[in-house]
Amino acid sequence: MSGTGPRENVFATRMALTNTKLRLKGAQTGHSLLAKKRDALTTRFRAILKKVDEAKRKMGRVMQLASFSMAEVTYATGDIAYLVQEQAKQATFKVKAKQENVSGVVLPAFEVDRVNGSDFNLTGLGRGGQQVLRAKEVYAKAIETLVELASLQTAFTILDEVIRATNRRVNAIEHIVIPRLENTIKYILSELDEMDREEFFRLKKVQGKKKRDNAAREGENADKIQQTPPEFEDWDNGSGDLLSSKDVDVIF
Amino acid sequence: MSTSVSYKNRNLLAVIGDEDSITGLLLAGIGHINENQKKNFLVVDSKTQVSTIEAAFQDFTERKDIAILLINQHIAEKIRPTVDRYQQAFPALLEIPSKDHPYDPSKDSVLKRVQKLFGE
Repeated sequence: MSGTGPRENVFATRMALTNTKLRLKGAQTGHSLLAKKRDALTTRFRAILKKVDEAKRKMGRVMQLASFSMAEVTYATGDIAYLVQEQAKQATFKVKAKQENVSGVVLPAFEVDRVNGSDFNLTGLGRGGQQVLRAKEVYAKAIETLVELASLQTAFTILDEVIRATNRRVNAIEHIVIPRLENTIKYILSELDEMDREEFFRLKKVQGKKKRDNAAREGENADKIQQTPPEFEDWDNGSGDLLSSKDVDVIF
Repeated sequence: MSTSVSYKNRNLLAVIGDEDSITGLLLAGIGHINENQKKNFLVVDSKTQVSTIEAAFQDFTERKDIAILLINQHIAEKIRPTVDRYQQAFPALLEIPSKDHPYDPSKDSVLKRVQKLFGE
């Protein structure tokens, strides 16, 4: 009868039925909301995906340009790698994170935060100071591209994760929660119907029994009236007949 | 959300790269040495051990003040399994081309995922 598929462990009562129906409604609303969220995120994700692809290619070009200017510096001043590495103390080129909200998902976006410090004493490099400055600018531009790409990529990673989680939830509601609630409702309904039928049958039985008893009593009374004087009639009737009319099936 | 708190403090860039890339990036001013004398860059040359790169990669990805980790693609190639396994959002991992090794989009771990999603 109702044993098809998993269901919740509830007593089949009208209240449980109302509760389960409410929960089913809630699950359906939640499902449609989550599906909408997933669609919004996926749209965003597609856009970002395209941008990531473009930005990666752009980065390839920009970094090539930067390498060229670095080569110029090396040509003009000789090897300054060691010097530059020793100069590094405090970052002047930093990033700042701000956040953006896409249907409840917080996506961080990096922003370049540049402090113009004069902590570089590379002007004393003799020749090639100009090239060094230019390389510095070119690299700064390149890093800006990189930072942009990094925020896109971070958004990509986070969105990917969130979309997966949302998908899992949507599927769980669709394939597990909703069928289970529907099964529960079906079970409760069938159980209630069964109880209704039982009750009806029981009442019928009781009614039939009463009728039979009444008929028997009428017949007996008719006999008694003939056998005994009328003043004893009531007394006999009260005790004997009430007891015999009690049935094992009747609980109360 | 735990991530929203943690990325507020991330404002540094870190690099694992060859000498030229590092020099250029440091020129732009990303170099940082913290109070423990820890650098945020690692110069890799032909003599550098893979284990050293691996350790630096782990170190940079575990640091709480790094927002973006740049790594030369040919170096990423050496520790490819580790790079591919890296899925975290922070720090963002970027593979950059170097002077001697032009950029190959087909090797990038993120682009690989992008391609996979496009060609699903």
